[in-house]
Parts: sequence; C-alpha cells; structure tokens
Amino acid sequence: MDLDALTGCLASSACLVTQTTSGFIIGMLLFLVAVGLTLIFGVLKVVNFSHGAFYMFGAYFAMTAYQLTGSFALAMLCGAAGTALLGLIFERVFMSRVYGSDVLMQLLVCYAFVLIFDDVVRMIWGPEFKSMGMPAAFQVAPLFIAGGVVPPYYLLLIGVALAAAVILGLGLARTRLGKVIRAAAHNPGMVSALGINTGLIYGGVFALGGMLAGLAGALAAPVRSLTPGMGFSVLIESFIVTVIGGMGSILGALIGALLIGMIRSFGSLGFPLFTEGLMYLFMVIVLVSRPTGLFGKEVA
Amino acid sequence: MTRTRKPGVSRRATLAMMGAGAVTFATPWVARAQAKTIKVGMPTILSGRVAQLGTSSRNAVVLEVEKVNAAGGLAGRQIEMVIRDSKGQPQEAARIARELVNTDGCELLIDAEASSGAFAVHEVARDLGVLCIHTNSETSALTADPKQHIPNAFRTARQGVHDSIVGGSYAAAISKAKGLKKWATCAPDYAYGRDTTGEFTLYLKRFAPDVEIISESWPKLFQPDYTEVVTKILQAKPQALYSCLWGGDLTSYIDQANIYALFSQMEVFAVNMADYTALTVVKNLPKGIHSGNRYIKTYPATPENAVWGDAYKAKYNEYPTNWSWENATAIMLLAEASKKANSADGKKIAEAMRGLKIKSPFGADGTVTMRADDQTLVGYAIGWGTTIPQEPYVPQVQAGDWKTIFELEAEWKKSKGYT
Repeated sequence: MDLDALTGCLASSACLVTQTTSGFIIGMLLFLVAVGLTLIFGVLKVVNFSHGAFYMFGAYFAMTAYQLTGSFALAMLCGAAGTALLGLIFERVFMSRVYGSDVLMQLLVCYAFVLIFDDVVRMIWGPEFKSMGMPAAFQVAPLFIAGGVVPPYYLLLIGVALAAAVILGLGLARTRLGKVIRAAAHNPGMVSALGINTGLIYGGVFALGGMLAGLAGALAAPVRSLTPGMGFSVLIESFIVTVIGGMGSILGALIGALLIGMIRSFGSLGFPLFTEGLMYLFMVIVLVSRPTGLFGKEVA
Repeated sequence: MTRTRKPGVSRRATLAMMGAGAVTFATPWVARAQAKTIKVGMPTILSGRVAQLGTSSRNAVVLEVEKVNAAGGLAGRQIEMVIRDSKGQPQEAARIARELVNTDGCELLIDAEASSGAFAVHEVARDLGVLCIHTNSETSALTADPKQHIPNAFRTARQGVHDSIVGGSYAAAISKAKGLKKWATCAPDYAYGRDTTGEFTLYLKRFAPDVEIISESWPKLFQPDYTEVVTKILQAKPQALYSCLWGGDLTSYIDQANIYALFSQMEVFAVNMADYTALTVVKNLPKGIHSGNRYIKTYPATPENAVWGDAYKAKYNEYPTNWSWENATAIMLLAEASKKANSADGKKIAEAMRGLKIKSPFGADGTVTMRADDQTLVGYAIGWGTTIPQEPYVPQVQAGDWKTIFELEAEWKKSKGYT
C-alpha cells in the first residue's frame, strides 16, 4: 500500500490528468466489449460467454486489413464490420438453437466456441503473438494537458467509444428500431404477434454486440499484442463491468467500465500489489449492497 | 459319408504351433526394435501469448534430434520426441509431465516451460526420479537453492543472477556516466520477474551505490493492458527504467509505452529485448534500448553461431529465439553425455552430464559446461548492448566476464544461505 503516492497524485493536476485519462482508456475499451455483452443479455437473455472471441477477431481483422491496405480507417471498419457479420452468422447458425435452453447448456455451447474460435485464429494467423503497430498519423509526441501526459491515439479511442455510447443510447431510446428492440427484450411474443420478425431482431442485436466488441479489438490492436485467446481476460473484466453496472443496462456498462478504469488507474498508485483485488473487492461491495448491480433495474 | 479323423497332429494344431513359434522367435526382435527408440517427453507452451517461444523450443529440439538420430541416436537408440502443449499453466505442465512418463513411456523429460511451470515439473521429476532437463526457466533459485536440488534435474537455460551481474555492472557504468540516480522497475509478478529484478537492482546498487529505486511495478504475467503501469512510471519521473518483461508482454508494453513517449524520457534497460521474438514483432522499435543478448546470430560473433542460426532459419523460415538455443543445448548435452556413458539410461546419462563440457555455438569461448555442483549451465555467451531498429539489431555487445560472474555468484549464494 502506498497512500502517499495516491494522495500526492490527487494533489497534483498533472498526475490527475494522466491517471484520469488512463482510467478513461482502460474503461472505454472495456465499455465497448461490456456493452455488447449487456445488450445481448438484455434482449436475447443469453450470457454470451464467447463474446471475448469477437474482441479477438476484431483485432485480427483490423491488423490484416491494415497490413493489406495501410489504411487505419479501413482497418477499424473491417474490424467492426467483420465481427458484425461473424456475430450474425454465429447467432443464426448456432446460438439461435439454444435460446430458451438451460443456462448451463448455453454456457457450454459458448465455451466450446471460445476454444473453436481460438483454434481458428491459430490456424489462420498462427500461434505466435502479432503486433499491428501504431499508424504513422499517431506516432507523434503526446499532448501535455495541465502537465499531464495524454497520447493523441488514446483521445481518439476515448472519442470513438463515447460516440458509440451516445449513438447506442440515443438509438435505443429515440428510434423506432430502438423501440422494437426494447419491446422484443420485454415481450418477444407480443412483438412476434405484431408481425415483426424477432429472429431478425435477435440476429441484428447479436451482430451489433459482436460489432462493438470487434471495434474494441480493432482500437486495441495498435497497442496490444495479438494472440489466440486474447479475448478471455477482456471477457472476464467485461463480466465484472456488466455485473457492477447491472446485467442489461447500457448506462450501467458505461458507469461500471469507467469505475473499473479509475480503480485500476488510481489503484496502481495507492495499492500497487492489490490493483486486481481492488477491482474484485469493489464488485463484491456493489453486489452485497445492490445485488442487481448499480443500474440493474434498467433494461435495454 | 462320414469323415474319420486321421491320427497325429491336426492341420489346425500345426498352424497354431507355427504361429506360437513365430511369436516366440519374433518377440526378442520386436522387443529389440522397440528398445531402439527412446521416448523423450516435452511439455511446453504451444498456445497463448508465448506460444511462439514454445514453438521455437520445439523447433530447436526437432532440429537437434534429427542430427542426433542421423548420427545413431542415444547409444544406438533413436530419439522419439513426445511434445505436448501445457498452455502455460503450471498445473497442466505437471499433469502432462507425469502422463508423459507414466502413460506414454517417456524415459527422459525436456521441461520446456517458463518458470511458472518449471517448478511444478521439477516436483514431478523429483517424485518420479526421471532425468529432466529444464530448458527455459531462468529463475536462479531453480538450481541455486539447495532445497530444489535433485540429482536427476539439470538446467540448460540462462540464470537470472548471471544476467543480473552482467546487466547490473553494465547499467551501473552507464548510470555513473550519465548520472542516472533515480530508477524505476517494471517486471511480471511471478518468480522470474521478482527474482531477476531483485538481483539486477542488487548489482546495479553494488556497482553504483548512489542509485535509488523510486518506483516498482508488478503487472500480472500476460496482462493485456499496461496503461496504468506506464502512467505510474511517468508519474515517478525516473531517469532510468529496468524491465524483465518478455515475449508478447514486452512487445505489448513497448507499443503502449511508445505512445506516451516513455522511451525518450528515460534510459530503458529491458533485459529480454534483444531476441528476434521481440525485435522482429515490434513495428516501431525504439532506438537505444539497452538489453542483454538473448538469441542473436551475430553474438557470439562466430561462424558456428551464424551457421546454426541460418540452419534454423532455413528450416523454419524464421530466426531462433532465446528458448531455441537453450533447448538445442539440452539435446546437444544429452547426446554428448549419452556418448560418454555409452548408455541411454537416465541415471547413467545424469552421472556423465555432471561437469560435462561440450563444444557449443552458444558458448562464450566456444564451449558450455554443465556445472557439477548445482547442475546448471555456465559459460554461455552473455553480454549487453543497445538496440537499433534493423538488423543486426544489437550491433555491439559488451561481453560479460565469467570470472566476475562466478565470483559474485558465489557471494550471492552465500548471502542467500545457499552454500
């Protein structure tokens, strides 16, 4: 425990800026993965344990597209669109067959696909770790804001994730499609009786969830090692975020992700040997005081 | 019409007897043919973030086993490698090691695990009494601590303390010249990371006593995100940073630290940087990182080393890694010890291996020795230098002096109560 370092940081604007940005970076990437997870749970009532694989595929798709075209924008697009398509196929061919099944069955199917997807990545891209590399446009000196260090790439990452949060939130709240999705989440039977194709809604939501995870993977690709199985640790942290925020709540995912980001960022200063533990401890405290999570009553 | 059975031996009985006879006579041949092969078990990491290193371990072993088999095998017995993926999980490595011996009939073990798994496999070797050569674990305690010692376990890997003595003195010299008094460390939170960092700082301070460690970071092994670690180091404002992160963790860390321009704000000493695994994967390799040599075909600068590196590249279309030379050395030693013992028996090979000196492309003077008293490899080429972003990556390596290493290692062992 190093409380001096923590209090010293809280008293320094430079440190506050750096660590808060760091918390945002960790949090917003987690949010993109967790929001897909929570969206799929909210609408389809499926705990998609294979969700981390979409993060992994997003990173690999982006890397390949970047290597082939040299375009960072295209890489991001391929990462997101590729995983959306993969999510749609996965949902229509496999997941749709286990809706309404026992939770254990759903988990087993998802876990089987975690292993299958890892092997597919191993077969296509090889078992060794890869690095996409930072696009030239972002190989620039970091910005100094109030003495704090902020890399431009991370500003982009935070911006894209925030934009996704806003678009998603407004889309679900204000658009007709959003209303249909929310209605399907509450009462799929009624939606179906009204002549709306719920299969299409389910497939679309799964694709959207996959796309968000894929986008997170694509955004992470320039700064993280790419390796088969890379989605697993992200998935665990995303589950923590989802549970803290409340399963099915988009706002909960956002707040939960930011809290985890800040805990990791400031915790690494004050509790360097207990940063991981701090995250789990926080989850326990939230669940004990509010078993449905912070925003558990809200549904997508 | 009735058939009458002819007196004497029936055709069926004759055939049965012939069959039995054939089996009886053939059994020794079959047994001998089976005995011709000696199975060598090898748990290693073939999936996950360090799979490249595990694969490079397997490649090097296969390369050397082919040579040994072409030359007649171990005392006339062809080596058959049985290689399994431990996924980098200690419990899985131990389970596989046990299964390789008990179920697959392996008579020898090459333990190509990282330190996280090596200690688990070591306990299996202790339990089963099978000859085991640890090839990748560099945690000094594995062979230096007498409590770990068993007569049937050897190590052909670097030792953290050796690296740290050479690295500490190298870093201290730069520290003094550039006035680097405030240091930070960043190492993976497991045996190798903790031990090696402690040993490096021990020798850094010994040779530059005014150095102060002002920040320590212990990220998890295989942690995907180092942002909080990078910013913590930036907050501490050290003048120099030591790290023994390795493989995918190191490249991930470099990619993330790069965008904070961390490498331009302090002198960086990353012991595991100068390995093709990291050097060729990092797209924007910063210039001027100080590193210990891992595997580079230009160091030691001998024709033997270059030939070995090129042969590996020709076979696998990539350069070898630090784990490659360590595994290749295990097979080279095994072959020489078997030749000396004129046997493929594990116990006899172990006796012959203790104190054995062999010619090696990786030796500081063209040889390496399996030191008898702690059964670990010494005499391998060890040095430090600074990186450039293209081949030869570390153009000038300052060689470590084994006389100094031995002296300081003996002191270190004494201070730890190992002698």
